[in-house]
Formats: sequence, structure tokens, C-alpha cells
Amino acid sequence: MPGKLKVKIVAGRHLPVMDRASDLTDAFVEVKFGNTTFKTDVYPKSLNPQWNSEWFKFEVDDEDLQDEPLQITVLDHDTYSANDAIGKVYIDIDPLLYSEAATVISGWFPIYDTIHGIRGEINVVVKVDLFNDLNRFRQSSCGVKFFCTTSIPKCYRAVIIHGFVEELVVNEDPEYQWIDRIRTPRASNEARQRLISLMSGELQRKIGLKVLEMRGNAVVGYLQCFDLEGESGLVVRAIGTACTLDKLSSPAAFLPACNSPSKEMKEIPFNEDPNPNTHSSGPSTPLKNQTYSFSPSKSYSRQSSSSDTDLSLTPKTGMGSGSAGKEGGPFKALLRQQTQSALEQREFPFFTLTAFPPGFLVHVGGVVSARSVKLLDRIHNPDEPETRDAWWAEIRQEIKSHAKALGCHAVVGYSESTSICEEVCILSASGTAAVLNPRFLQDGTVEGCLEQRLEENLPAGCGFCHIPYDELNMPFPAHLTYCYNCRKQKVPDVLFTTIDLPTDATVIGKGCLIQARLCRLKKKAQAEANATAISNLLPFMEYEVHTQLMNKLKLKGMNALFGLRIQITVGENMLMGLASATGVYLAALPTPGGIQIAGKTPNDGSYEQHISHMQKKINDTIAKNKELYEINPPEISEEIIGSPIPEPRQRSRLLRSQSESSDEVTELDLSHGKKDAFVLEIDDTDAMEDVHSLLTDVPPPSGFYSCNTEIMPGINNWTSEIQMFTSVRVIRLSSLNLTNQALNKNFNDLCENLLKSLYFKLRSMIPCCLCHVNFTVSLPEDELIQVTVTAVAITFDKNQALQTTKAHVEKSLQRASTDNEELLQFPLELCSDSLPSHPFPPAKEHLESASSNSGIPAAQRAVTVEKTSPMGEGNFRNRSAAPCANSTVGVVKMTPLSFIPGAKITKYLGIINMFFIRETTSLREEGGVSGFLHAFIAEVFAMVRAHVAALGGNAVVSYIMKQCVFMENPNKNQAQCLINVSGDAVVFARESELEVVSTQQPAANCQPACTGGEVTT
Amino acid sequence: MTSELDIFVGNTTLIDEDVYRLWLDGYSVGDAVALRVRSGILEQTGATAAVLQSDTMDHYRTFHMLERLLHAPPKLLHQLIYQIPPSRQALLIERYYAFDEAFVREVLGKKLSKGTKKDLDDISTKTGITLKSCRRQFDNFKRVFKVVEEMRGSLVDNIQQHFLLSDRLARDYAAIVFFANNRFETGKKKLQYLSFGDFAFCAELMIQNWTLGAVDSQVDDMDMDLDKEFLQDLKELKVLVADKDLLDLHKSLVCTALRGKLGVFSEMEANFKNLSRGLVNVATKLTHNKDVRDLFVDLVEKFVEPCRSDHWPLSDVRLFLNQYSASVHSLDGFRNLPKAVRPHLAAPPPLPQRVSPCGHQRGCHKT
Repeated sequence: MPGKLKVKIVAGRHLPVMDRASDLTDAFVEVKFGNTTFKTDVYPKSLNPQWNSEWFKFEVDDEDLQDEPLQITVLDHDTYSANDAIGKVYIDIDPLLYSEAATVISGWFPIYDTIHGIRGEINVVVKVDLFNDLNRFRQSSCGVKFFCTTSIPKCYRAVIIHGFVEELVVNEDPEYQWIDRIRTPRASNEARQRLISLMSGELQRKIGLKVLEMRGNAVVGYLQCFDLEGESGLVVRAIGTACTLDKLSSPAAFLPACNSPSKEMKEIPFNEDPNPNTHSSGPSTPLKNQTYSFSPSKSYSRQSSSSDTDLSLTPKTGMGSGSAGKEGGPFKALLRQQTQSALEQREFPFFTLTAFPPGFLVHVGGVVSARSVKLLDRIHNPDEPETRDAWWAEIRQEIKSHAKALGCHAVVGYSESTSICEEVCILSASGTAAVLNPRFLQDGTVEGCLEQRLEENLPAGCGFCHIPYDELNMPFPAHLTYCYNCRKQKVPDVLFTTIDLPTDATVIGKGCLIQARLCRLKKKAQAEANATAISNLLPFMEYEVHTQLMNKLKLKGMNALFGLRIQITVGENMLMGLASATGVYLAALPTPGGIQIAGKTPNDGSYEQHISHMQKKINDTIAKNKELYEINPPEISEEIIGSPIPEPRQRSRLLRSQSESSDEVTELDLSHGKKDAFVLEIDDTDAMEDVHSLLTDVPPPSGFYSCNTEIMPGINNWTSEIQMFTSVRVIRLSSLNLTNQALNKNFNDLCENLLKSLYFKLRSMIPCCLCHVNFTVSLPEDELIQVTVTAVAITFDKNQALQTTKAHVEKSLQRASTDNEELLQFPLELCSDSLPSHPFPPAKEHLESASSNSGIPAAQRAVTVEKTSPMGEGNFRNRSAAPCANSTVGVVKMTPLSFIPGAKITKYLGIINMFFIRETTSLREEGGVSGFLHAFIAEVFAMVRAHVAALGGNAVVSYIMKQCVFMENPNKNQAQCLINVSGDAVVFARESELEVVSTQQPAANCQPACTGGEVTT
Repeated sequence: MTSELDIFVGNTTLIDEDVYRLWLDGYSVGDAVALRVRSGILEQTGATAAVLQSDTMDHYRTFHMLERLLHAPPKLLHQLIYQIPPSRQALLIERYYAFDEAFVREVLGKKLSKGTKKDLDDISTKTGITLKSCRRQFDNFKRVFKVVEEMRGSLVDNIQQHFLLSDRLARDYAAIVFFANNRFETGKKKLQYLSFGDFAFCAELMIQNWTLGAVDSQVDDMDMDLDKEFLQDLKELKVLVADKDLLDLHKSLVCTALRGKLGVFSEMEANFKNLSRGLVNVATKLTHNKDVRDLFVDLVEKFVEPCRSDHWPLSDVRLFLNQYSASVHSLDGFRNLPKAVRPHLAAPPPLPQRVSPCGHQRGCHKT
């Protein structure tokens, strides 16, 4: 009996009128957990009932505590007929299950009904008493912390980063069960909401178990997704990165009690061959491990890693050491071997993180991605979701082999996604191949002076750009030059990655959002034929998306992409590709060449003229962009580099492949053979269109910047005003002129107009930057395209930009001088320094190179990302007090970023993962589709805020809307929408407040009186 | 390519003041877009008309959704769905309950019923205010009226508490409610020169001095209905004009006091009897509902117009009325009746000269 759940129903307010005669309501509440239900008394004739109930107590297993949501139903008592439900509240009690998160959930929750939306609020108090459970075969994983944030959470220190954890559970979708024909839409929606809530609880518990087995105590970068496969079922899957985190005890007086679960685990012997009987979901055999099946019953075990070598397609062990010898001498080789051995023990050396502790990332190879088209079939036995597991295993294996081919032993910034249309499903995975520092990957035993000397040798600010693969044995044709920063090692001419810009990277100028958009028509087909058609189209789409990205990057005068996310969406009669990334100019990489246009028919005079006109336009655009984004790299004399400025050749940093349902793996070489790469050949109208579309992308209006990464390179003086928003657009294509060209134009216009609207709407925030711009495309019907954007607008102070930069450079210089002393205590310094500023400031080296090469004041150009770091000390000190620092208690901020500008996160309260369905049968009356969805999204925000406030928090960070599935039937006046959101509930305190009350406990100070009474006043 | 759905939802609800004003003024989305284009916003921001259209639609939708909450402003403060900073909430409420001078003059003193609502078409054409805006303003009046109708306590306080309006606006609403409840006629041509501010000023003084609330602060409807007992008492004033001696005495008292101070002294002296008779007759008839409704018409006819025809300056009118009521206290029969007399004489006869709406110094502040 490991837990006691206690619930108290206090009061309700703003209830709807349920009795037309009296204009009042006789409300009572049912509290349900698992199979136990309690009821309050009826509070007659009131819209603001005061139940003030006793404590309802549920005695439950901790396994149930993790899986089950607390379900609160508000009903209207009716003497003569059945009681009418007013609405429900589901409360995830997971945050109460780990020691330092929330201790009580208490506050006003919106009462939600899937047909009517929010109908009043209810005040609830929830507590959990947990007993320590020493059962070694336990199925629960209470105590493992979950974070959506894809970096080490701000008030923690990573002791060990264990690696990849994944899990999936499947079930039948209640919407497609026979019973759905006879039950009401409300009942069906509620069944679905409840099931998904249960499944995500179960999933989280199972992932937690894996983490405990790896001796970790937390999952960072936790990403959970739903696949609504329709007839064939419902899949909930999750990936994350297991870590052992240590709470930083710096400013707040928190007890570092967080590692108790891991300690506890150490007492438990590591069970290589777990007793099959302890697993509810059936036996697992060693054979299965070898064949990479990931049934939930299978535990993470070292055994499986041994099979790595058997399956790895391109074991290029020799390559790594070869280049290492050239680069850094024996130390480097040793490091590499160490890391490799550390990582080879892992089945999949994947990390869902996109930002890393300093020194973790050694080299970056490039983007690796894999896609596969599958035909969905009914999942017969939900307890054995082997096919789905096998599908993902296959794709991950492919990713792993691609990374190997790039001379990398790990994949960072890893993510997975699906796109489903009828019975066809495209599975995608992508990440960035990388070489990592082993220090964080295993227990501290290997740490020694050897490594620290290595650290010294690592070039600051450019190290991650250096190629990890062997120059003589390159996996693809690439043009290499000596690094423009350290001049010692080779770098590629462009770099594509899925991660955030490393904090120590040296960037020139500002970054910008770059998107490639593409549509391809496809014949309607069934089953196999459809899957084959899609498989055949995919390589062309990837190729074109990639070409577009490359061209747009050149057009911006930049040389690297970060946060690259390519989404391929499948519809009935078309495929859509949307790639978003943030372009930057890395100081370490060579200056990109321009774009040249060549015509195919040189004998035509007017044509020539046209071509030269276009060429001029392109050159002008590049020049304009360079000015706009302040890209003015230092002129470097050629002797220094030792080789001529590279002749531009296009090459791909992308390795990818498509596998059909037949599981055939093919690799696609994206480099254009020996063709001169930056030459765009205009041989037909299509190509002409492409060039035109290149030039139609308008830059954001002045005062606006945009990026899809966490922070904008080149902007470092954020003010505290933030505005998170979601914008949805659906367009209907006229079916008459459905050509690829028209489609592309429509899609392009849709995205561009959407961005323009955002800029217009947020104009009052200028100067500001749209950060973490996240586009999602879906094709809900034949002729409909839906684009959903979530982002956050953050204002910054233009005037202080220069000043802070200067201050920073000075500061960095000072720090650089003290570096040598600090070096010995490097790991220690890491622990005490809660700020993510890099202990090796790149500024010193950078300043040298910059000032020696040109007369432009270094302060203006030498902008390193470190300075843009949101928590960078000094940024806030010399800024005037934030305007909304004294904002009303109860405001809950939401942001897709992992931080809040001008504030410090003092406590993580737990993960928020919510799933809602809303349906209407009176679409016109609710303001049509726009009115319906607008209200629903506002309600979702409200419910997220209410839950955070009830946990005692005042913000959600790393917020993401993972799904927004909208279906309409205007003829029937009906619509339905499913939304899934997640994020981390946190307590933050303004920097200014922290300074005043520095010694007191900040958490207690800023935590709003969590009765949550006036949450949104 | 047509946009089927187009929404923007912020964690903090975005409120565009300009668009809010257009919405309140009852413009359709199309008209609002046209007006915004004319304001030169496209040139300033470099946006396209399509962007403006989408933005306007979005704001209109937001306002439409907020309207339900604005009907009961405390709900806006406690709801969880829209996160709006307090200053913005106050702005939303204040603007929503603001009304047009032209409109309020049309309905002031009318019964806030369905019948009046049907006339809004005509009012709209007459005033040039959109029908939609007229409806909003009318419904606001009616809503406030319904809520505070049977409440205890001060009218202004009640309005402020239930609608969270600024002091200024709450006072205006108190006047509107008071006028609607007593159905004072304000629409006659003779009264057209009076502004809403003039009436609101009168209403405030009448609420202070003539209602039940002036006597007892713990009754229902205290600030809305006139004190019947008081109106009955006013009949006693008849003696001021019926008794010839008293009338002469009163006149001589006033004339002595004002001699040399009044520019229109001779006119006043000549007209005293008429003026006094006019005022007293208005007061003594107030026991009949019909005459209560005509209070302002009668005052203008019987007192304001005679003064105006003699070109009395405002300061002289004030001096005269002050002295007129003060002298009564010196009269023999009235020493024991201060309570009844004082309030009446404090009643503010609407005056000929238009004073600025906030220059409420007219009437007899004699207490």
C-alpha cells in the first residue's frame, strides 16, 4: 500500500445555469480515482456552491498513482431524471510523486466539457502521502523527474548523461470501437481523453523504470507523441534522455535530496535477465534483444549492445582514429576511443537534448535523417506492440549507421515524428551526428587529469565545427578548408544541424529563420500502391527541400543552419515538405559564395538579358541581407589560410534514405555529382519559378527578427516582456488548377502571409524577436492545408545593445585571464555556476582574430552567443527595472523556450502533459470554424495556466503544442478538434527581485499564494 | 485559395485599442478595415490589406467572445480563459460602458423597455451612430438599471461595485438610471439646449436631496425613487405665493439683500411675483406623477424662460436663487420647516446659459 491520495473539494464558481426554471444549479461532485468513487453533498440552488467537503482518501499502489489521472466530475442533481454532467477536471498527480516538486495541488480548475467547453471553475486540494517501497521488482518509477526542456534544466547539474530512453504503448482507439455507434459524442470523447491520459501515465512510468535501471534519476528532453492511426489503433510513444541530475544548491536554500532515487536503485542489483513473471506484458527472451525488438516488456540491458557490431552497416572505426591522429595527437585518439567504448555500450547513442553542458559537444558531423513509409494494420494484441517497435528500431538503426558514416558515434538533437493519412504512415527520425566528450557519459571514474589537459587543447568557439570524419575518406564529397578561427583544423563550408547554437560558438551578425516549402501532387491510390508512390516521391522531395534550404542560406549570406526540422506530411493527393531552421554566419566556416544563374539557351539575346537581370537581383538581395543581418566578417588574407577561398561547390550534409514497406534501405546521394553547385540552371519554367520564389521571401519588417532556436544569435539584451501565441490557418485549394507549381505558390503564400500577419499583430512589441518559431503542416482533407505556428515574441532593448556587448567583452576578457587558475577546478566550477555561461569564454581568442584582421571595433562585430545567453549575468544588472516586474500575482507565463528572460527559474514543479478534445454540433452558432478553434485554444491555455497555478507555479517553459488535429463538417454544422500540449511547470523569480532578497528563499517569495484565487486577474 | 480558418491566440490576450473603438462604434469588419486603411496604417507598417483584414477579423472575434464577460465585469476579472493585464481590463470595461452624448440625450428619461428599443432605428438615423452601437449603449443602460434597481445603498456605489466603472462613469450611469426610473421628460424641443451633463448634475443633486436615501440610508431603491413624504411637504410652500403678506415680505427681504448686487435688479424686482409663483407652483404639483415627469419642462417654462427673455446673466440667476431660498428661513412661518424647504430650494432649476458640462456650479448650494 505505497500511497494515499487525499482530495478535498472546496467550492465552485461561475457554474452554468442547469435549471431553466430557477436559473440556478444543484451541483455536487464525484471524485474518482481508479475504481473508487466518492461524492460530495448536493449544494442546492447556487451557481457558486461551497461544498467544503471532507478529505476523500484513496489508498492506492504507486503504479496506479503514476498511471491514473484523478477524475473530478461536477454534476447537477436532478430528482426526477438522470443527473446532468456539467463537466470534468482531470488532474495529473505525477508532480506530487517526486520529492522536491510540488507538495500540494490546490487551486481553481476550469470545469471542462468536451461539448460545451469551460463551464465554471472548481476549487480542489490534492495531496499524496507516499510510503517508501523497497520492493525490488516494483513496476512503478516514482521519483524519476521528467523535463520537456531539451537542455539540462537551469537549477540542476548533470552528473551523468546516460542516454536514450524510448517506449511506446498501443491501444484501440475508443472512437473506432463498436460501442461508439451507440454512445453519445460526449461519452466517446471522454473515453478517449481518459484513455490517453492513462496511456501517457503508463508510458511515463515505464520510461521511468528504464531510467532507474540505467541508474539515472531524471528524463530530460522528454517528448511524448500520439499517433492516431484510426481503425488500426492509438499509439502513444515517447523518447527522452536519461540523466543523473544534481540539484544546484546555490542561491536557494534547497536540500539536495534529489538523488535519493538513484541511490535507492544502486542497492538493487542490476538484473540482466529479469524474471519474466514480474513483467505484466509477457516474457522477453535474449533473442528478442538481439533482434532489436522494443516490446515494453524488454528492459534496457547491456546485452543488447553487444549486437551493435553485428548490425552496424558501416563500422568505420579506423576512420575516427585516423583523423584524430592528425588533429590532436594521442590524447585525442584516446579520448575518442574512450568515448566510443562508452557509447558502444548503448543500443542507441542518441540524445534528445539540443543544448549541452559546456565541453560536452566535441565535434558536429551534420544532420542525419531517415524516413520510412509503412502500411498500418490493426494492432491485434495491444500488449505486444512489436510491429511498431520494430519499425522504430529499424529507423533508429539507420540513423545510427548514418552517424557512423560521418565518423560520429552519437546523435544529438534527436527527434522522431510521424505523418498519417488513411492507412499510410511515414515515420521520420532526424538528429545531428556528433562526437561527444565522455566525461558526462559515465560515472566519474574515468575523469582524470588527462581529460583536463585535453580540454585545454580544445579550440574554443570553433571546435564543434571541425570535421569528425576522415578527410581522405569522406562519406560524401565536401569541400574542406582550414578553420577560419583557429586555422588548425579542417571545417566544411556549410554546416546543417538540428541542435541549438552552442553557447560558445562565435557568430557574426544576427541569425534569421529560413524555411523551405514544397508540395508534390500524388495520385490517389490504395494501400501498397499508395505506399510505393509515396516512397518514390520522398527522395525528390528531400532533394528539393535541401536545395531550397541551401539556396536560401546562400541568399542570406550565411553558412550554417541550426535547429533544422524537416517535416514531410502526407495527404490523400499530395505530399508537403516544410523545413525550418535558423541560419547564422559561423566565424569558423568560410564565407559563402554567391549564387550564379546560367541559362540553357545561350543564343537567345533577350533571354541572356533576362538572366543577367535576375543575376543582378540575386546579388543585390545577398548584399542587402548581409547588411540587414549585420554580416561583415573580417577580411582574411589568403596567406593565413594557406589555401584559396574555396570554389563554391554544393554538397550535402544530409544523409538520409527512404525505406519502403519492404524495408529495403537505399541511400541517396544529394551532392550534384561534379556539377558546379551554386549555379542555378534555368532550363524550364519550373526552374524559373524556383528562382522567383527564392526572391519572394520578404525579410521581416525592421525591428523584427525571427528564429526557430531558443535564442537569437546577436541579440543579448532581452527585456522581460514575452508573448507566447499559437496561430492556425487553413486554406482551401481550388481543385481546378492543381499543379505542382500552383500548389507551391499557394503553400508559400500561406506561410509568408502567416508570418506577415504575426509581424503586424505583434508590432507594438518592436523591437522584438520571434523565437522558437515552430511550424506544423497537416492535410486534414483533400483540398485543405492547415498550418499551425507556435512561437514566443520577446522584446529586446535596442539602445543598450552596444553597451552591454562592450561590457561583456571586457568581462569576458577578465574571465579569460583567470581561466588558467580555474581550469583545475573546472568540474567544480560547473557545479556552483548555475548560469549557463561557458567557463571558456571564446571572446579572448575571437577578439584577437577580429581585431588583428580589420579596423572595425571588435565590440560591434564580435558577438558571441554566450552573451546572448538569457541568464548571462550582467545583462540584467545594468538594465532598468523590468516594466512588468511588479505584475499582478497569478499571471502565468507560457513560453516554448527553456528560460524566461530577465528571470531565474528557482524550481521545477513537474511536467504538464494535457490532452483535450472539443466537439461541437452548433458550429455556426459558435462563430464558425475560426470562432470554435479560437475559443478552444484559449481554453487550452487557460487549463494549462490553471494547473500550473495550482501546483504553485507561475510559468510554463518548454511549452509545445504537439498536436492540433482539426476536423470539420460544415454541412452537418459540426467540428471536432484534438489538442495535445506539454511543458514544464516552474516557479521563477525576477532577477531584480532576486537581488533584493538574495539570501531569502526565492521560491517562497515569488510563489503566488497558490490558492490560485485570482489566477488571471 | 481561400482562407477557411485564420486565428491567433496569445497567452496574453492582445487588445488593439483602435480596433476596439471601431468595434464599439458598431462598424462591420469591412468598414473597419476600410477605416484602418484610411488611417494610413498600411504605409506605416508595410502590411497588406489581406493582413489587415485578417487582423481585424481576429480582434473582432476576440471582442465578441469577451462581450459576454463584459456584461458582468466582475466576471472578466475572475475568469481564467483570457489572461489580460488589469490596466487593459479596466480599459475594456470603461470603453464598453462609455456612451455617446447624442445617444444618451435621445433616451434619457425614457422607459428602458422593448418599445424604446424598437425606436433605436430612428435614433440611429438621427444621430448618425450605428444601430449596433445604439443597441450596445441601450443594453448597457438597461443592464445597469436591472442590476441596481432593487438594491440597497448608494446608487453610485452599487453601480461601481457591480460594473467596476470609474467614478465619473458610475455617476453618469446613476443619473441615467435615476432619470429612467422617474421618467423625466427631456426630449421636448424646449429642453434641447440642455446637455447630458446638465441633467446629470441635476440628477446628482436630486439624489442627494430629494430621494429616500437623503433621509434614510437603509431602504431598497433609496436613491432611485423620490421621497413621497417630501413631495407632500412641498405643498406647504404654497403659502409663499398664496399669502400676500408673506409674498411681499419675502420679496422685500430678497430685494434688500440684492440691491446693488444684481445687474438685472429692476427686472427682478418687477418680476419677483411671477418668478416666485412659477417656482412654487412647480414644487407643489410634484405629488402627481405626470408633473414629476414634466419637472424640467415646467422649470424651463416658468422660470428659465422669463429670466432669459430679460437677459439675466448666469451669476445673477445664481445670486437670486440663493437669496430667494435663504430669505425663506427668515420668514415667520418657515422657521420650523427647514427640512422640507431646504431640499426643495436646493433643487437645481435648469438654467438658460449652457455651462461647460463639468462646470456644475449652478443651482442653490444652500445647506
